[in-house]
Amino acid sequence: MPRQTPLNAAHRAAGARMVDFGGWDMPVNYGSQIEEHHAVRHAAGMFDVSHMRVVDLDGPGGRDFLRYALANNVDKLRPPGKALYSCLLREDGGVIDDLIVFFLREDFFRLVVNAGTADKDIEWLRRLLAARAATHGAQPALVPRADLAMIAVQGPQARAKLWQALPGSEARSAALQPFMGAAMGDAFIARTGYTGEDGFEIMLPAPRAAALWAALLTAGVRPCGLGARDTLRLEAGMNLYGQDMDETVNPLESGLAWTVDLASPRDFVGKAALVAKPPARQLTGLVLVDKGGVLRAHQGVHTAQGMGEITSGTFSPTLNQSIALARLPVGVAPGDTVRVAIRDKELAARVVQPPFARRGKALAG
Amino acid sequence: MNVPGNRRYTASHEWVKSEADGTVTIGITDHAQAALGDLVYVELPAVGRTVAAAEACAVVESVKAASDIYAPLAGEVVAVNEALAGTPEAVNEDAYAAWLFKLKPADPAAAGKLLDAAAYEAAVGEA
Repeated sequence: MPRQTPLNAAHRAAGARMVDFGGWDMPVNYGSQIEEHHAVRHAAGMFDVSHMRVVDLDGPGGRDFLRYALANNVDKLRPPGKALYSCLLREDGGVIDDLIVFFLREDFFRLVVNAGTADKDIEWLRRLLAARAATHGAQPALVPRADLAMIAVQGPQARAKLWQALPGSEARSAALQPFMGAAMGDAFIARTGYTGEDGFEIMLPAPRAAALWAALLTAGVRPCGLGARDTLRLEAGMNLYGQDMDETVNPLESGLAWTVDLASPRDFVGKAALVAKPPARQLTGLVLVDKGGVLRAHQGVHTAQGMGEITSGTFSPTLNQSIALARLPVGVAPGDTVRVAIRDKELAARVVQPPFARRGKALAG
Repeated sequence: MNVPGNRRYTASHEWVKSEADGTVTIGITDHAQAALGDLVYVELPAVGRTVAAAEACAVVESVKAASDIYAPLAGEVVAVNEALAGTPEAVNEDAYAAWLFKLKPADPAAAGKLLDAAAYEAAVGEA
């Protein structure tokens, strides 16, 4: 039996086509994923992301611990509420997960991790904390927050719609810069997202989720499913864990070097492995030029520097072309033409630097 | 379920309409288009090609997956719906109007042996 979020009944009432997504009963679309995609780029759409997991780090020593546990550097987080995007790495540099971490107080940090990796991440962090307690003294408590639901409202009208739907939220969140969050009673509003548009992700106690979803619906926000979520994030050049990277690859081979702070002298789990050898592969973007199909994960890519493989592919409604992220040999450059094996043909694609679209507009194509 | 009575059907969700001139027109059912989602690409067989029954001869591709279309009966491709190249989403809008291709059947009685509307509906209901 797949697990359900607090919004399951709301999805069904809205006519969602449901699917088992990593053990969760989730909406893939509510009729047209392309229309849902356009709604986010041009107005406001909302996603039930309650299957993701909030994990709090409660108690002194959190900053020290995260400086060690994460590849990105939490010393960048000084104003309360500031967040950053980071990978969680193994000692060999392989990616355990990607996540967002908020600094709220020196004795309180909040992580948001992926649904499919939450149990693995929590187990890993617990072991790291236990090992560090032996040498560094008392460590903060790790508190998974399965009691919280999460709704992402995204699009140029998203913030205004949330303020309409949730009385009092404008006062608490109007001043939030991108990648910042603030508490509002037992809710938490963050100016983050997975679409390339402006908007908020709201974490709140599960019993409050259905009422907020209904209020957002009344305010004119369009329900959007996992199908649109994937086309939006791919257009925005955002990685999907488990597809674009996993434990067998490191962040430098996954387009995530910008999330790894190697410049500071701090040691962190995986640092030695990343420094030891430069990557031979890179993650970059492709736009399909020839007609003949859609770029998809696992299709082979022929380049002048050798073979590569698509990690994520789809049809981009904003560009009206097929786009992909692909792991290719280092040396392939934006502007190059490569050939992708689709069915019985080899179709030409152009290498581009992601993102493909942002703030409602095509950048590549 | 939207299953018009004036056609025949296959278990692989193609519909077949017999025309007055002896040809058959072929498309995919409303059930199929809903399952596939928004179509973004359609690949049709070449006019003049001879196909066997159940031979994969066309492809419809939605945002999430590609799906082979199988010839419901043996015959020669006599026409394809060129308009679909530019507007594949027409299949989602009206699966029974947005035909894919037409065949001249090798056996004029073959269409009559396919599933009727009630049998197709039952087959889908069981799936």
